[in-house]
Amino acid sequence: MSVAESESSASSNGFALRAERLSRHYHMGDALIRAVDGISLEVATGEFVALLGASGSGKSTLLNLMAGLDRPSSGTILALGRDLAAMSSEELAAHRNRTIGMVFQSFQLLPRMTLEENVELPLRLAEMPRGERPARVREALERVGLAARTRHRPSELSGGEQQRAAIARALVNQPKILLADEPTGNLDSKTGEEIMSLIAQIHRPPAGPGRTIVMVTHERALAERYADRIVTLSDGAISREERLR
Amino acid sequence: MKLGDLTELAARNLREAVLRNSLTTLGIAVGVASLVALLSLGVGLQSLVDRSVARAGLFDIISVRARQSNPFGQPGGGRRPRDASDATPPRPLDDAARKQIAAVPDVLEVNPEVRFTAEARREPLSQLVMVAGMAASSQSSGTLDGMQGHFFSGPDAGEAILQGDLAKRLLDDAQATSSLLGQEITLRFAQRQALPPPSQQVATDAPNQAVGPDEEAMGFSIVPSEKRLLVVGVTPTSDSGGGPVGFNNAGIYLPLAVAEKMQVVQQSDLRDVARTSEAEGTRYAALNVRAASPTAVANIETRVRNMGFATFSLIDVTRNLRTFFAIFDMFLGIFGSLALAVASLGIINTLVMAILERRREIGVLKALGAADRDVRQLFFAEAGVMGLAGGVFGVLLGWAIGRAIQFATLIYLKRQGVTPPNIWSVPWWLVLSAIAFAIIVSLASGIYPASRAAKLDPVEALRYE
Repeated sequence: MSVAESESSASSNGFALRAERLSRHYHMGDALIRAVDGISLEVATGEFVALLGASGSGKSTLLNLMAGLDRPSSGTILALGRDLAAMSSEELAAHRNRTIGMVFQSFQLLPRMTLEENVELPLRLAEMPRGERPARVREALERVGLAARTRHRPSELSGGEQQRAAIARALVNQPKILLADEPTGNLDSKTGEEIMSLIAQIHRPPAGPGRTIVMVTHERALAERYADRIVTLSDGAISREERLR
Repeated sequence: MKLGDLTELAARNLREAVLRNSLTTLGIAVGVASLVALLSLGVGLQSLVDRSVARAGLFDIISVRARQSNPFGQPGGGRRPRDASDATPPRPLDDAARKQIAAVPDVLEVNPEVRFTAEARREPLSQLVMVAGMAASSQSSGTLDGMQGHFFSGPDAGEAILQGDLAKRLLDDAQATSSLLGQEITLRFAQRQALPPPSQQVATDAPNQAVGPDEEAMGFSIVPSEKRLLVVGVTPTSDSGGGPVGFNNAGIYLPLAVAEKMQVVQQSDLRDVARTSEAEGTRYAALNVRAASPTAVANIETRVRNMGFATFSLIDVTRNLRTFFAIFDMFLGIFGSLALAVASLGIINTLVMAILERRREIGVLKALGAADRDVRQLFFAEAGVMGLAGGVFGVLLGWAIGRAIQFATLIYLKRQGVTPPNIWSVPWWLVLSAIAFAIIVSLASGIYPASRAAKLDPVEALRYE
């Protein structure tokens, strides 16, 4: 099946992400760690799913499997209809570059680059022609309200601004899916609220298409306020699912 | 990732750890500099020897003489033939032979060798010197490099070029050798004069004429003769870089045609008088054959030997000389490369350190869509940029070191009273090869770190603090 066929098939099925009996086990010394253990989960196109759970419950591992940063031990995981487990390393890199955008708890901006250089990185990796990049970078930074800070380095920004820059970088290649790993974890509650409002806007913008969002968090209140569905994980398995909207 | 982005990111990364990367690049530069300095010395010495040998006409000149009959009469009786060509019967070295040799492929010209002893006189001083005829082609062969004055104005000009040492001896001590230019000297030499047929010897008292080719069969007498020559050139003296100028090394050079017309008695004349001869036209003591290139010399020699003549060239000597310099350069190259090998360890160390420091950055790049290939190429590009910078800087440093060595040698030799030759040379091929070598060594050093960086697990790398 071609990529276009897969994507159209996924659209017709209405799932952006689908995991089937997904497992990720690894060894730590003699012990076998079942970080993700036989999870089956579907995320509909345009849905906002919050993954909730205690530390070590497997939510970040599940997010990494969805991102194609990690490979499952068994089971399948489909993103827009394509099986990530069957992809080559190059194809997975292209998936991370074009299909998904990632936001991390610790922002993960490159400290030696300015904001615009950080945001330009995914475009460089996508081999976009140089002439088209500045407009895309400007648009992404305007969207997160940092158009005036393009020449600043991350160390010159507040935590909230750094996370907004990271969101701009995640969106610059216009991915269909946004994966956020504790995006408010390093922020105070007020700034965390601002970031969540921004993510909510990305999910359902006033104009134009929205995005599928999967967010890992341990703050139930935030999840309840913004997510369509909460999936709670415990010991690598889904312990509870709550549809909110 | 596109090459432009790759290079830009590599250069940016190198700028960020400027001190460490500069030191690593300096290490490469020192390695390249030692390589360039040593090899430029080797190349300089080789070209110095090449110039001397080329000036001596050793590369492309073959001396051809008539082969002597076996003095013992029996093949294999006294000595064995050297090779198959020795079995060819000896032939007279005459006009027919000259034409045949001239027709051999890759032969540029065939000139008779005219050499004789004469007295050079410039009142009140005189000197016994060796005189040689010089072909017009010598003008462009480099044999007269450094000569004061000019070459012969024409093939029949009554002009002479003096070897610097002889010129000194024909002057008072205080005078410069160039003061001889435009002055006349007199050559006194032994001339052949044809004997008339026995019938005419009684009947006439007509004076003998200089011997022509058709008259030699009748024999000749030897009489003293003189010729005035205008000095037009003086070669450098031996203590100022001048030296022998080939097989025809002599104190005085005349245009070849002039020397031939002087009908000077040559050593071979006496032998030829004693032998019956089937020679056609002029009979030559020796012919100098100029080859199109030194590589053609061996082939020409074989063909000429097969015609029944003896040949001599120093091609074997020069071949050994070249082998010596090839080995010499190789050893210099190895010693020079040792420093570069040490520098390559510096590159590996720097890049491995960079991986540890930039572990998280590599994780971010992979999370944003960098493939293993992109990460590998980024580290390769960084190694390549360091190699390029180190190579360019190293060549400049090596050039400066070479200049310093040359300068020190110059001062030392001048104090010894010797005009210093140029012993140092940095040809373009050495510059380009040194830079290319630095890049290749750097890229090779980058293989392990680049592969290690590419294999980093992005999840682990993103967790790294």
